[in-house]
Amino acid sequence: MAGSEASAAETPAAPDTVKILIAGGFGVGKTTMVGSVSEIVPLRTEEPLTMAGLGVDDLAGIERKKATTVALDFGRITINDRLVLYLFGTPGQQRFWFMWNDLAVGALGAVVLFDVRRPEASFAAVDFFERRGIPFVVGVNGFDGAHPYPPEEIRDSLALPEGVPVVLCDARERESSRDVLITLLDLLIASAVGGTGSA
Amino acid sequence: MSESDAVAGRLVRPFALTGGRTRPSRACFTLIATVTAVDPPPERAPRPQPEQARILRRCARPVAVAELAALLDLPVSVVVIMLCDLLEAGLITVHPPHPVTDRTLDLDLLQKVRDGLGRL
Ligand SMILES: Nc1nc2c(ncn2[C@@H]2O[C@H](COP(=O)(O)OP(=O)(O)OP(=O)(O)O)[C@@H](O)[C@H]2O)c(=O)[nH]1
Ligand SMILES: [Mg+2]
Repeated sequence: MAGSEASAAETPAAPDTVKILIAGGFGVGKTTMVGSVSEIVPLRTEEPLTMAGLGVDDLAGIERKKATTVALDFGRITINDRLVLYLFGTPGQQRFWFMWNDLAVGALGAVVLFDVRRPEASFAAVDFFERRGIPFVVGVNGFDGAHPYPPEEIRDSLALPEGVPVVLCDARERESSRDVLITLLDLLIASAVGGTGSA
Repeated sequence: MSESDAVAGRLVRPFALTGGRTRPSRACFTLIATVTAVDPPPERAPRPQPEQARILRRCARPVAVAELAALLDLPVSVVVIMLCDLLEAGLITVHPPHPVTDRTLDLDLLQKVRDGLGRL
């Protein structure tokens, strides 16, 4: 026991962790946004589809069926030495959406990204968060920096609930992606302060 | 006194976290739970298998489960099964994510995250 205190003191305390989801349809720029604000190159894990989301209790069969996997990529932002924020890019293809349920548990909120050229790709993502009452903001990713529609027009066409902010952004730009996240935090703070929508 | 308490705390913690059950639940290991190798390992701990030793080296400092899986290039589900064994053996501790529900969204936490983003 005597020698153990020194090394115990050297091991840093585990930080508190929180997460935000970057969601939206296939190819709308989710991974790009995670990468542009993350302090690390986005990390990626591959989950065999036979196991993902299922209650598999042993490793039998893992070597088989290597082919079908669902990728999850994520980044990290160290807020301070006690608090770390993770950003998870949700798998875009609709057939992988069963994973979203697990991912959404314990999330502070979400960014639903739109590709301004094909907004319909992210309609279902809006439904997902709206149904579950998970706070979200809409980020309109103007591919090539072009933003042909003003935010209000996008809000109307999406029939967004009152209070869901719409932000024009460029997922490739760090500051732009950061500002989308800040908009989400401001929304969360306003509802924490205001309770039932008085904010 | 306080130091030996701290050491004892580190040793009992895994079992405390699993509510006294001997078989830890995989539910402990969400993607952003952080795991840390117990250093030094408890005296009566079984000798880790090579794969387990690989994990233990990666979590000498606290690391999130998702990061561990990415670093090891293994599916999260596989890493979690191995982490359960390590937890049961008293070789790691697990720190759950900050709890987030409608009711527990605390202003202080949100403000810290907001400020951190503002500094980017
Ligand atoms: N020109 C331009 N290209 C972009 C922008 N955002 C993303 N891209 C590109 O669009 C492609 C898709 O972006 P990703 O970030 O991989 O999209 P994703 O939403 O993660 O895609 P999935 O995970 O497959 O659903 C990539 O080739 C990006 O480089 C943008 O703002 N402008
Ligand atoms: Mg992607």
